[in-house]
Amino acid sequence: MAKKLINVTVNGKQQEKAVEPRTLLIHFLREELNLTGAHIGCETSHCGACTVDIDGRSVKSCTHLAVQCDGSEVLTVEGLANKGVLHAVQEGFYQEHGLQCGFCTPGMLMRAYRFLQENPNPTEAEIRMGMSGNLCRCTGYQNIVKAVQYAAKKLQEQATATA
Amino acid sequence: MNAPVQTAEAREIALAGMGASRLRKEDARFIQGKGNYVDDIKMPGMLHMDIVRAPVAHARIKKINKEAALAMPGVHAVLTADDLKPLKLHWMPTLAGDVAAVLADEKVHFQMQEVAIVIADDRYIAADAVEAVEVEYEELPVVIDPYDALKPDAPVLREDLAGKTSGAHGPREHHNHIFTWEAGDKAAADAAFANAPVKVSQHMYYPRVHPCPLETCGCVASFDPIKGDLTAYITSQAPHVVRTVVSMLSGIPESKVRIVSPDIGGGFGNKVGIYPGYVCAIVASIVLGRPVKWVEDRVENISTTAFARDYHMDGELAATPDGKIIGMRVNVVADHGAFDACADPTKFPAGLFHICSGSYDIPAAHCSVKGVYTNKAPGGVAYRCSFRVTEAVYLIERMVDVLAQKLGMDKATIREKNFIKKEQFPYTSAFGFEYDSGDYHMALKKVLDAVDYPALRAEQAAKRADPNSPTLMGIGLVTFTEVVGAGPSKMCDILGVGMFDSCEIRIHPTGSAIARMGTITQGQGHQTTYAQIIATELGIPSEVIQVEEGDTSTAPYGLGTYGSRSTPVAGAAIALAARKIHAKARKIAAHMLEVSENDLDWEVDRFKVKGDDSKFKTMADIAWQSYHQPPAGMEPGLEAVHYYDPPNFTYPFGIYLCVVDIDRATGETKVRRFYALDDCGTRINPMIIDGQIHGGLTEGFAVAMGQQMPFDAQGNLLGNTLMDYFLPTAVETPKWETDHTVTPSPHHPIGAKGVAESPHVGSIPTFTAAVVDAFAHVGVTHLDMPHTSFRVWKSLKEHNLAL
Repeated sequence: MAKKLINVTVNGKQQEKAVEPRTLLIHFLREELNLTGAHIGCETSHCGACTVDIDGRSVKSCTHLAVQCDGSEVLTVEGLANKGVLHAVQEGFYQEHGLQCGFCTPGMLMRAYRFLQENPNPTEAEIRMGMSGNLCRCTGYQNIVKAVQYAAKKLQEQATATA
Repeated sequence: MNAPVQTAEAREIALAGMGASRLRKEDARFIQGKGNYVDDIKMPGMLHMDIVRAPVAHARIKKINKEAALAMPGVHAVLTADDLKPLKLHWMPTLAGDVAAVLADEKVHFQMQEVAIVIADDRYIAADAVEAVEVEYEELPVVIDPYDALKPDAPVLREDLAGKTSGAHGPREHHNHIFTWEAGDKAAADAAFANAPVKVSQHMYYPRVHPCPLETCGCVASFDPIKGDLTAYITSQAPHVVRTVVSMLSGIPESKVRIVSPDIGGGFGNKVGIYPGYVCAIVASIVLGRPVKWVEDRVENISTTAFARDYHMDGELAATPDGKIIGMRVNVVADHGAFDACADPTKFPAGLFHICSGSYDIPAAHCSVKGVYTNKAPGGVAYRCSFRVTEAVYLIERMVDVLAQKLGMDKATIREKNFIKKEQFPYTSAFGFEYDSGDYHMALKKVLDAVDYPALRAEQAAKRADPNSPTLMGIGLVTFTEVVGAGPSKMCDILGVGMFDSCEIRIHPTGSAIARMGTITQGQGHQTTYAQIIATELGIPSEVIQVEEGDTSTAPYGLGTYGSRSTPVAGAAIALAARKIHAKARKIAAHMLEVSENDLDWEVDRFKVKGDDSKFKTMADIAWQSYHQPPAGMEPGLEAVHYYDPPNFTYPFGIYLCVVDIDRATGETKVRRFYALDDCGTRINPMIIDGQIHGGLTEGFAVAMGQQMPFDAQGNLLGNTLMDYFLPTAVETPKWETDHTVTPSPHHPIGAKGVAESPHVGSIPTFTAAVVDAFAHVGVTHLDMPHTSFRVWKSLKEHNLAL
């Protein structure tokens, strides 16, 4: 199949790659770029294990073509920590036991990362709704809610400190 | 120089041993996208496998045409049963003593059955080639209902078993019959019923469901044709058993087979079995001499790998007029699908279903389970439970409620009246289980007090009295006992291998340690909690203890992680391996301190000379000595291995209470409150226990409120994607309240009983009980799961309760 050249910035690094037009973004990330953090759980956009951030929006990369990302900025879980310092959502999931098998975690973190920019001070109900595109089979969500609350607080403290 | 003086208490806290809510060691990699799951594994020259599957549930294969697929660029091979026949790999033994087709041999037995495999350069080409394989089918009549399957004129499903009048579990009475298994004393139970003043009976169907872990099953197989070594990375909850089976099937010596379970994205029973996909990937790698990856997609996962339940149950209780149960009878028709591939200990084709007398002192009991073939996928795994314990607990808890309603008794009162009493432990049930310990009365009282049970009943009565109430209120109460930690090898084996488990601990010269285990974590946090056991036993900080599992080349042989067996079996192996090291360490310490062993006291992390706190040796001091200058005549080093064969199962229990409000207009059921008290004996890491309980309750909620695998008459599975199959989101999932009591197991080295499955087992009947209780005032005694809004709304209509 004829390939198409795309330019995409992934975790701050520019990538110029030739891909088949039918290549899914999740396969491009996992197999072409060896970024295996995002996972495939359902292939139907239901589970959210493949969630990444594209130009400031949460996107399920299992139903998104790599060619759709031409010219875009993509952030994956591998790009979340900053020079070895964990992002607040990563710290929150660790501190509040927000993960067990870890398979949904990269998607959960990427969704939490975006959700807390959309709604920096959410109620519990808003967190549950805001995270409802991501399924977890292990935790029962209770500690995921706590993890997002932890991260919200920490991000607010960081914002206050830099203000 | 000795370290600065610290109190024993401070030193104990610093160890982060048993009882500490230690944060998880495994999290660092998962939160940074550095987990290593099967699909993350890439090998040089690796090819991709995909599977051609049957579109119909029962058919003869007339012809398979591979030519078009083979002609596609990038396709390396297309293999069918005919290709596997010369290798004798077209059929494989199941864990249940049956055989299962690896690739359909002349006939398909269920929809989505594996018919051919395609191996190609990448997964896209493989998927294209699957479409190009042409298979001609001659359709046969389909049998979906197990009762229909047993009719005299039912179609013969398993032609390969023609003439076989007995199977692995006794005589076969019909061509679609697999076994009839019985437990208890039929004569005693019949006698109890003959004279009983009160009798109740209830039919209930426990639907076919699927464990549906977020990661599907997969395998990367790599056969080295030069060395003759086979390495396979497999999503397996039991890698050592897989190694044994692969060696038996392939003829490759077990010493040349290495099975690795890397990080696993949840198992819940789905990853116990050995699936055709694994076998085919291994065969393909051997045939092609290159690594081959196979990862199933979600539709394949739900359709073909390891369903659970599918039990049609008839329960009966006999009782006195004041509610004392005097007898129990149970008859089950179990739909096992096309091959008997249940993952149960060999002697127990219905698992440990005979725990179905529950938490109650029932003097006479009998159960009979009949396994039947149908045109559905094989499986019958324990979905987050010990073998068939979920079905058993559901049955007895439903039956006790049915009896309470018949007698007009309160559902808590009838349980208190029938509980096995604290002083009766160890208690031998009518089915022969020896319950290790429990205090059910105390636990029940704790829950009833915590939720103010009388106030809830009063509120319910007021709602029932109000014809305009927009909701029906239901209170579900379940008081369950599990049997886990399989198991004593005199009773339990898998393919002849006793169900022990193992641990090898090695203390390094500088005092850190590594433990290797026969189990494999799938999210339970073994790398964290196992280290805590060693920390407490040996006084080494858990932070410097590495735990490794899942690689059969380095780990000691173990039976794996399922049936809540990790802590009850492997946890005991850890403690006993540690105690061997402790005994040697004591000798070394005595030598170093120039006293006799009897003059030493152990305190947290050190041996000290009795009466003189200043003279002591820490485990780190002793480790160095053991490598540097052990006492004369003593072997150097400080390590031990222990294989633990449990003397008995463990019996965790719990008391769960759920309050639901049912919308009379829509049938929507809101869980207002769920209070879960669990007793898992000694608690190793309360944070992880709570997490496991939250997860198990949520899976139980999913089963009770929405999960099912519906089939049409032609055997088409109507719900095999996440569009149809219910996995709750954060929005539907209730908030959980947890509580506990601690009744250690007297026969377990650290008193631990296992926990992660209790919430699944216990919560499912609690939800059903709550929904049924909402209808109890109009005489409803039972409603089958799943309690979806539509089904509940139909019940509202039927009983003139809909608004």
